Amino acid sequence: MKNFKKLALMGLTAVMSLSLLAACGGGTQGSANTPADNTETTPVESTTPAGNSETPAAGEFTTVEAGKLHMSTNAAFPPYEMTTDDGGFEGIDVEVAQAIADKLGLELVVDDMAFNAALTAVQTGQSDIAMAGITVTDDRLEVMDFSDSYATGVQVVIVKEDSPIQTIDDLANADMIGCQADTTGYIYCSDTPENGGYGADHVTAYDNGALAVMALVNGQVDAVVIDNAPAQEFVAANPGLKILDTEFAVEDYAIGFAKGNTALKDAVNTALGELIADGTVQSIVDKYITAE
Amino acid sequence: MLSEFIQWLTDLGGRFHTAFIEGDRWKLYLEGLGVTVGMTVVALIFGVILGVVVAVIRTAHDQQRLGQRNFLLGILNILCKIYTTVIRGTPMMVQILIWGFVIFASSRNKFMVGIVGLGINSGAYVAEIVRGGLMSVDVGQSEAGRSLGLGYLDTMRFIVIPQAFKNILPSLGNEFITLFKDTSLVNAIGAAELTYEAMRIGGRTYDYMPPLIGSALMYLVIVIIFTGLQGILERRLRQSDRR
Repeated sequence: MKNFKKLALMGLTAVMSLSLLAACGGGTQGSANTPADNTETTPVESTTPAGNSETPAAGEFTTVEAGKLHMSTNAAFPPYEMTTDDGGFEGIDVEVAQAIADKLGLELVVDDMAFNAALTAVQTGQSDIAMAGITVTDDRLEVMDFSDSYATGVQVVIVKEDSPIQTIDDLANADMIGCQADTTGYIYCSDTPENGGYGADHVTAYDNGALAVMALVNGQVDAVVIDNAPAQEFVAANPGLKILDTEFAVEDYAIGFAKGNTALKDAVNTALGELIADGTVQSIVDKYITAE
Repeated sequence: MLSEFIQWLTDLGGRFHTAFIEGDRWKLYLEGLGVTVGMTVVALIFGVILGVVVAVIRTAHDQQRLGQRNFLLGILNILCKIYTTVIRGTPMMVQILIWGFVIFASSRNKFMVGIVGLGINSGAYVAEIVRGGLMSVDVGQSEAGRSLGLGYLDTMRFIVIPQAFKNILPSLGNEFITLFKDTSLVNAIGAAELTYEAMRIGGRTYDYMPPLIGSALMYLVIVIIFTGLQGILERRLRQSDRR
């Protein structure tokens, strides 16, 4: 009996200390710093026009670190973001972010992490912006703010060339579908059949898109649902794969901010608007995505 | 500051409701927990069998009399040594990734891959634990058994193993706990255990705190229950001790 009490006490202490920890996690919003070893300044050459004087006079915004714009991303998503051999980062998102940072007079810092971590990092104030080919959804709008869209994302289905799955409808017969963990593709696919998904039992989430495609090549999954641009790269790199003709979903990519960080959002939107208007964004996209 | 904290506390109920009650999500946690516990138990049985075999070979080899070395035992001993060195010398995470993406690259049965990876890993540690236990029983005990006319296996079965078992039980319990928690690594190859389910629910609700804290509590409760059971067993085994 005495022992039982001891156990109960132990459990209670553990619960309390855990909730205390959680409280700390929630309370430090905005002051947390990203671990230094994840941080890497980008060696991207600036694509902004020289006349850089029109810095937007939007309301005063603050960044996590003065003078720097921290961007959280998942650099395993070519051609939007990927690592270079010398340890830097490149891709559409990285260059667009660089152009925006130049407009705002800030230095861009890229923080590489898992996709789901990139989303939470911006929500908890560890980074200023999240750019990782993020699709705007109603659910995400409840927990974070988004800029105007800067690119259109198309979700496609990759299968083996001789696969029985040849249309989007055939996906319902797939025994196992591979996705990148917690992306919209995963969320759509793992939903219940009544909601247009295929059920979580038929979907495996991988840490990044490359692993999902490897699982497809190895025969661990029958199809991979992923964004079109990286899909093109993966299919080019792995013979025997193809992309189905019809799209799985069409979505808008935008930059994510912490909920309520309106000052920074407005400043970025202004800069983004100018970059779209003068064709900089389009030239960055064209640089990475050559015509099909 | 205080009002913020109170607001945070009030929101907490809703966040946990979303993470556990809404859409019957708690069922997913239970399913995941079932997979985690099942994987641990099967992997431990696998690991203990493997570990005992390796330990018996290693002790039998080391306790041979000088000048009477058995050649076959020598070869088996070297194989066992390579096995424990490789498994104990590489990270668990890397081993699981190798099992999932290299060795069983075309298998869809993630549960099986997890069991093999965890069991083989656990076997190496159990082998060292059991070997320590067998070595801890004085050679005089088995010599006495042999001189009373018992065979090697009977001496092991009736004299050495019962004494060794009591010595290794605490470390074996420790190994079970480690193995139980290490099952969370299997989520890297997409096996739907507790951590995987918690992360996916976090991904769907865009709120990772409640599922992670909740799953941590589930792990903790299971470990506390197991530690209690282990304490009862150890006390029961001590009853025959002369003190």
